[in-house]
Amino acid sequence: MPTHWNEESMLQQPGAAADGKSDKKTVNMPVGVPDYTLCDEPREVPVTEPPVWPINKDLKYVGKSPERWDGLAKATGRARYTSDVQLPGMLYAKFVNANVPHAKVVSVDTSAAERHPGVRAVHVIEHVLGNASLRDPSLEQAKYPVVRYAGQPIAAVAAISPNAAEDAAALIKVKYETLPFVVDLDKARTADAPLVYPGAADQGGTAGGGGGPHGVPQTGNIHGPSIRKVADVERGLRDADVVVEGHYVTQVQTHSALETHGLVADWKPEMLTVWASTQAISSVREELAAFFKIPMTQIRVLTEFMGGGFGAKFGAGNPGVVAAALSKKTGAPVRLMLDREEEHLSVGNRPSSDQMLRIGAKKDGTLTAVHLVSYGTAGCGTGAGCAGPASNLYKYAALHTEENDVFTNAGPGAAMRAPGHPQGAFALEQTIDELAVKLNLDPLELRERIDLHPVRKVERQIVRESALWKSRNPVANADRGPVKRGVGFAQSVWYRMVSMDSAAEVRVHRDGSLEVLSAVQDIGSGIKTVMAQIIAEQFGVPPEKITVKVGDTNYPVGPSSGGSMTTLSLTPAVRDAAWQASQKFLEEVAPAFGTTGGDLELLDGELRSKSGKIQPVSFKRAAARMKTDQIAVQSKRVPDYDRSKYLTYGGVDVAEVEVDAEIGRIHVKRVLSVHDCGRPMNPTQVISQINGGVLQGISYTLFENRLLDPDYGLMVNPNLEQYKITGSRETPEIDVRLVEAYIGQSSTDASGIGEAAGVVSIGAAIGNAVYNAIGVRIRQTPMTPAVVLAALKQPVLGRSLA
Amino acid sequence: MSDPTKSPSSTPENQDENRGISRRGFLKGAGLTAAGTALLDGVQAFSRETAATTNPDVKEMGPGSVPVHLKINGKEQSLEIEPRTTLAEALRIHLGMTGTKVICDRGACSGCTVWLDKMPVNSCMTLAVDAIGHEVTTIEGISADGEPHPLQAAFVKHDAMQCGFCTPGMVMSCAALLERNPHPTESDVRHAISGNLCRCGTYPKIFAATLEAAGNTRKA
Repeated sequence: MPTHWNEESMLQQPGAAADGKSDKKTVNMPVGVPDYTLCDEPREVPVTEPPVWPINKDLKYVGKSPERWDGLAKATGRARYTSDVQLPGMLYAKFVNANVPHAKVVSVDTSAAERHPGVRAVHVIEHVLGNASLRDPSLEQAKYPVVRYAGQPIAAVAAISPNAAEDAAALIKVKYETLPFVVDLDKARTADAPLVYPGAADQGGTAGGGGGPHGVPQTGNIHGPSIRKVADVERGLRDADVVVEGHYVTQVQTHSALETHGLVADWKPEMLTVWASTQAISSVREELAAFFKIPMTQIRVLTEFMGGGFGAKFGAGNPGVVAAALSKKTGAPVRLMLDREEEHLSVGNRPSSDQMLRIGAKKDGTLTAVHLVSYGTAGCGTGAGCAGPASNLYKYAALHTEENDVFTNAGPGAAMRAPGHPQGAFALEQTIDELAVKLNLDPLELRERIDLHPVRKVERQIVRESALWKSRNPVANADRGPVKRGVGFAQSVWYRMVSMDSAAEVRVHRDGSLEVLSAVQDIGSGIKTVMAQIIAEQFGVPPEKITVKVGDTNYPVGPSSGGSMTTLSLTPAVRDAAWQASQKFLEEVAPAFGTTGGDLELLDGELRSKSGKIQPVSFKRAAARMKTDQIAVQSKRVPDYDRSKYLTYGGVDVAEVEVDAEIGRIHVKRVLSVHDCGRPMNPTQVISQINGGVLQGISYTLFENRLLDPDYGLMVNPNLEQYKITGSRETPEIDVRLVEAYIGQSSTDASGIGEAAGVVSIGAAIGNAVYNAIGVRIRQTPMTPAVVLAALKQPVLGRSLA
Repeated sequence: MSDPTKSPSSTPENQDENRGISRRGFLKGAGLTAAGTALLDGVQAFSRETAATTNPDVKEMGPGSVPVHLKINGKEQSLEIEPRTTLAEALRIHLGMTGTKVICDRGACSGCTVWLDKMPVNSCMTLAVDAIGHEVTTIEGISADGEPHPLQAAFVKHDAMQCGFCTPGMVMSCAALLERNPHPTESDVRHAISGNLCRCGTYPKIFAATLEAAGNTRKA
């Protein structure tokens, strides 16, 4: 299957394929879905690989759901997040941010702030990070970075207390030469719109995705198109018996992680130590090393606990380099945590979209053409492309996609949970639903004909057999009363991306304790628990007895937590290290028990002899016979076994809604979420993530909206009371069915879930359910009561905001 | 804005002009006490404040640091704080009790929930000086003798957390619910945490954990 988002660096790691020197062996691996399609498939794997694991039901700790390894630390408040770090002599930093959306900074007068008794240092930013960069920097000569959005940081102070820092920041005087600005997508793409950049500009992506294509044409504020073609779409449309077409509009969403972006930096001559709220400690170190031109070995980044990222927390960013600069100036540790308003404005968002989608099909449902033209704004960044679902969900004869970024004077976008995909699926999956109506086909049956993915077939079968789907009235707008019930279906897709920067070390100590170390970070998805489960499986010791150490760049390199890469990238390295360490351990202690390593195995906390030669002894007693204090093995990820298949995975969602046609309110009552993620390593934690994807998707579809005032260019709701996210009362009953889908790709055969989980498909599922309820299709998010009433042609009062 | 006089009146203050007073700054300055779930005798506090100019018995504090004694988790704590210090800041910064999280810092998310005399309040919207004479209970204080509160154990058992940043506030809100209603329904739990925001989507498991801790699995 083609992957639309095929950044070479993300899908194919250089050097990985060249690893042909090592000897290979052929093994049989379970492939498919137990009870549906399970069979054995041969795989060529390196001879050093651990034995093939059976499916989950035959494992003891993996595939089960032991309690979250650090759950009690979180529930008791003991867990220490970056914002909780306190060091002796630590200073508190505060940004001064632009209060205009577009301007040249004429002067920054810091004298009054410097005289404030609590202030220890002031820093004026010379290089602002995160915005797109001009291809030709000479087009703009300015002493200070040009302000592209209200909220862009300009300077910062470090003071002895948060209050002193806030007071002193208010004393910094910034003089602006204001420039014309535009915050509205439609206005920004007109010929006479104010220009956000004086020339072509590009923005890089991150490990979580985001960013946009480089080097594409730029006309005015329009950065694009980025075009993808398969066969002749015009001919495909001519060949079609039916063409459905729709205009879909989605809003800007902010990540709104509960812990804001921020760091504590402690600059010492020999070592810069940084605590960061990040999804990739490695990326923080890399960016700081590059920015300050110091070796990576002299930077240590720590993330013990992390309060949510959702794609926006990569690299050091402006907070990181400013905190480090202030620490360098003062010789003291500096804490710089953003406040909630800054979090909304300056550190990322999910770009908007404006999509024209045309799909042509034969009477039997076969897709002859998929044609998508999209515009979207990632503010002064890029990354609004949303053609992934249209390109990758279904089989088609011809495809033509054009993606355009439109620059506006707003904060730069960032990767956000399945970048581009909730937007793209919102349009695609409603269009497919519309096509089913036109062809008089059941929506599941239509997909049966155009979607060849074997796991999606199983997932649709589970839906077909569910009480919720059976309760769906195929006739739209069938309820007579004001409250109308509807049920809708949609699919999601995401891609298998492996980070080869995934290594782990396993240590066995003579006192019988076991530890595993990796420079990964646990952002809440539960990788620590999964690592403990793998060691437990190998050594026969319960997971809670394993010590897991992550979140420190001093440990072996670990993957970023983005793009659903963490578990599938890291777990094979952990298993390999555990396997090798256990083999070394058995060899080392065997003579003490008068046998050979091959005769020994570790089960249920004991060392046992396969031949019955010796009585079982506890693992602890066995470890006491080690010849040295420690056995340690470090392993790195080997490439996926068969990189020609199983490149995508996903799931399907069903939403049941009640639409109150009098007041326009949509209430999501129940959700059935059927998803696959390879071998589920810890089903409970996977379900937690799917709940989260569903709830974030509902939030996006019904509530959230970053509102910018077109007259002033300011965000009018930079908080959590007017920027509404799903709360307890809007939470539906969510029924998650996890589908074990073995694909035979690694020694753990794990996959990811963060992106595909619900968030991609729930918006369209709600849209399709609303159509089923009221017989009117809503092609716009958020589906607020005003939008619903407008769709039903009820009068609405209001004022438009970008 | 090179010429602020030409700007409409609702234009944000120019940085080189006097900056506007923030909403919380105003609250702090006025000595008003507003808490999200409990308006802690705010009206009385306000009348005390207005009476202060004429009533010689009322003691004025600040703006510099003043000694304050608070009773937190059953222990007397003495600290030197500016009167504008919120209870959340006093706990986190001055006492190093960082289990209480600050998320929105304006009473919209209940992440900073603590109890004043068993009543859940937003500690970011409560001045530390207004906690004088009250029993303050924090997430660190609801477990007894090193044993987790049954609700904390239930949260772990049901995986009612992901990143965990909302979790202390959720536990405090749910534990307060169980204090006043030992047999809640799911609807009661939804109501009790209707002010608590979670971004990872842990609500369904929080409902389950709280009902289990209460020994109750009733739905409505």
